[in-house]
Amino acid sequence: MMRYLPHTPKDIESMLAAVGVKDLDGLFASIPEDCRRDDPLDLPTLTEWELNAHMDKLAAQTVSWDTHRIFAGAGSYHHFIPEAARHVLSRSEFVTAYTPYQPEMSQGTLQGIFEYQTLVCRLLGMEVANASLYDGASALAEALLMAIRIGRTKKKTVAVSDLVNPYYRKVVETYFKPTDFKVETIPHKADGTADLDAIAAIDDLAGVAVQSPNFFGCVEDLQAAGEAIHARGAVFITAFSEPLAYGLLKTPGQQDADIVCGEGQSLGLSQSFGGPGVGIFTAKQKYVRNMPGRLVGQTLDADGQRGFVLTLSTREQHIRREKATSNICSNQSLCAMAAGIYMATLGGTGFRELAALNRDKAEYLKQALGATGLELPFARPTFNEFVVKFPKGFDAKWQTLLEEKKIMCGVPLVCYYPELADHYLLCVTETKSREDLDMLVKEVQP
Amino acid sequence: MNEFVGTQGLILNEPLLWERGRQGRTGYSLPTRDVDPAPLDDAVAGEGPDFPDLSEVEIVRHYTRLSQWNYGVDSGMYPLGSCTMKYNPKTNERQAALPGFAGSHPLVPSELCQGALRLIYELEHYLAHVSGLDAVAVQPAAGAQGELAGMLIFAAYHRDQGSSRSKILIPDTAHGTNPASAALCGYQSVPLKTGPEGVLTPEAVEALMDEDTAGLMVTNPNTLGLFETHTRKIADIVHAKGGLIYADGANMNAVMGVVDFGKAGIDVLHINLHKTFSTPHGGGGPGAGPVCVTRQLEPFLPAPRVVKTGAAFRLSEDFPKSIGKLNAFYGNFGVLVRAYSYILSLGTHLKDVSQHAVLNANYIKEKLKDIYHLPFDKPCMHECVFTDKHLEAHKVSTLDLAKRLIDYGFHPPTIYFPLVVQGAIMIEPTESESRENIDQFIATMRAIHREAEDDAERLTGAPRNTKVRRLDETTAARKPVLRG
Repeated sequence: MMRYLPHTPKDIESMLAAVGVKDLDGLFASIPEDCRRDDPLDLPTLTEWELNAHMDKLAAQTVSWDTHRIFAGAGSYHHFIPEAARHVLSRSEFVTAYTPYQPEMSQGTLQGIFEYQTLVCRLLGMEVANASLYDGASALAEALLMAIRIGRTKKKTVAVSDLVNPYYRKVVETYFKPTDFKVETIPHKADGTADLDAIAAIDDLAGVAVQSPNFFGCVEDLQAAGEAIHARGAVFITAFSEPLAYGLLKTPGQQDADIVCGEGQSLGLSQSFGGPGVGIFTAKQKYVRNMPGRLVGQTLDADGQRGFVLTLSTREQHIRREKATSNICSNQSLCAMAAGIYMATLGGTGFRELAALNRDKAEYLKQALGATGLELPFARPTFNEFVVKFPKGFDAKWQTLLEEKKIMCGVPLVCYYPELADHYLLCVTETKSREDLDMLVKEVQP
Repeated sequence: MNEFVGTQGLILNEPLLWERGRQGRTGYSLPTRDVDPAPLDDAVAGEGPDFPDLSEVEIVRHYTRLSQWNYGVDSGMYPLGSCTMKYNPKTNERQAALPGFAGSHPLVPSELCQGALRLIYELEHYLAHVSGLDAVAVQPAAGAQGELAGMLIFAAYHRDQGSSRSKILIPDTAHGTNPASAALCGYQSVPLKTGPEGVLTPEAVEALMDEDTAGLMVTNPNTLGLFETHTRKIADIVHAKGGLIYADGANMNAVMGVVDFGKAGIDVLHINLHKTFSTPHGGGGPGAGPVCVTRQLEPFLPAPRVVKTGAAFRLSEDFPKSIGKLNAFYGNFGVLVRAYSYILSLGTHLKDVSQHAVLNANYIKEKLKDIYHLPFDKPCMHECVFTDKHLEAHKVSTLDLAKRLIDYGFHPPTIYFPLVVQGAIMIEPTESESRENIDQFIATMRAIHREAEDDAERLTGAPRNTKVRRLDETTAARKPVLRG
């Protein structure tokens, strides 16, 4: 017998008798021969002890922040997660529940997500947040589709800055490929920010997306971007991959963004080889009925007590089917809970302090590398990521550092921007000590 | 065990976070500041978020109390139809938390993440073996994204064939995600009526299938809990007109080790790892919706894919016909680790899983059909669907029954779905419940039926044992309050 299956042979026998079927195979009599498999399942079966050993071995064949000093972000960030936050998140009443379709027995999830929506709005200066989407990339794709809906699908083109995370742009491409909508790319300026002058030449513009901090780590002038985009009558979308930046920076809401979306992995989620993260999605209140995804709202119960429910579901697939604002059903609820718990654990004071610590450490490394004569090609302010140009042939050194010193010195930008050979995107979070930073400078100085 | 599990306990009140915080409290301990503050340009500097400040003790109590207002599979039986609320093994959580998995950066070079890549590669092969299809990509983040991947594959395949088709056949019993996913790809949904036996008929498909139709999306077993017996014949009809068959594998838990989806003529199938393969639902995600295809459609799978050369694994983008990327990185990897761990723990017992799940559903059906109306009285798969027809006389509805079940300590079944059955009560016990639990559920359903006859107010006024009573959803939607 197997420990996840409670039936004894006697249970099975008596239940089969109640059903009126001779044996277990008899339960499948309705399945015709032309749908049946010819061979039995052939899979390994491990005891729990053997499984642990096997998984330990596999996990040991993948490097982590535990074994290597990784100065790379590019959409996945290593931040410290307080044990209290990790602990409460693992409460099995949160972990093993379904989507809160029965609100009376799901108030924990519902209040937790309502709090998440609220904290996310406060972080980004926005009016309404949904209960989450899959990740930053699909959130951006959904935002662009929403911009087209806001324009009542009369305008069929959207534009995306080429400094939006390249992986997000690839996902946008996937979502748009089968539609008759077009995605244009906006080039960047020498200072490492989007060149909004380019949108003047694009017709039929429903929405424009920029990212801040962008893929080069540079903080965009969102105010100016918004003015340029609104002047074209388009929806102003800002994306992000590092929400911690808004502990320190002016919010997108303050700068008149219509939709703000991005990746929330930094907020209390482990990197986990790229997922699960959480797609954060917010908008101005006036666009709420165009939003994709679930929303939790506050209401009263039959006795007049405060409670929470899923609401405005007439936008969603289970009611509207092919006319829904999105096909999303399961989202990343537990990850949104994690983000809420993390923001609550830090509080406003801690969040600001942590953001400052990230920027100060990154700035320390940036200045120190600059002082060695390395080029810092982009002048705009940065948060916890920045670009460094190394001397020609640095790729060999990069490989040696990784293999011999267990240091990953950033992400090579040439993979995404062929013209940027020898440019690397470096990331420093609170998890790197001054000693780590000094050591890196020593290793890479020309 | 004659006592019902539902009872009253001490439930504690807990305000919203910002009703509790006090400036000057702190819930964190950050790494040491060992560098000087760097000045930030005023033009970009903001004030920082207005979050409440709480102590660690307050955080822990806040979320512990919230968790106690929730009900999970670990609390008790959760027979939510089509959602497969089975036990979520604890060893899976251990595996996903290993530093090499939880602490790994997705952009390290392939030679430094061999373990993670091998896990993805092997999981894809195990899922191919269980489904009977040839190739799998685990990138989709949920069932609906798996469906989207499938529809994108349909569109890419037809484009590759030099044709463009505008319609897709979708049965009236389908989940709402099916038409919504098809619509994202520009397909117009053509509803396909379920036959009198609760399954699709080849005649209905024959009448609608034409050369402007990309194919058919079918959930098998369907949402009435019945196996679509004519699948092979229907596939032949669709294939003859150049179309493809998509199977929604949401209900795969019924047929592991029994059905071969490839042999049945399915071209594309998605599997919900958070249903059949035991990864936790997390209050609505994260899930994972791997997409499985025939050899012919393999070139269209989402990329990057893990490929094996000799003993080494690497990520490859070299799939020119691929539909592209669906996620920033490789999908919900943490969920994949749990599903892999589940498959290795069960191995060939996966067939027992399906057998027990189907046995439990049929047992419940037999034990309740004398008092609850059963629209299709025939052997079912992993779930059975009743209606509230026999309750109507007492002015009691499916919703009232569901709410009363809560007082007795059970999560209600799925209600009012599928849409083709009026007042549907869709029960999926899964393999995880013992005979005693199932008997208790049956006894409860019978007790509630008696209450409906004798004292309907017990149902219409339910639930009473929960933190809150029935909530005013109309006002919530009319005057939305979406943040505090």
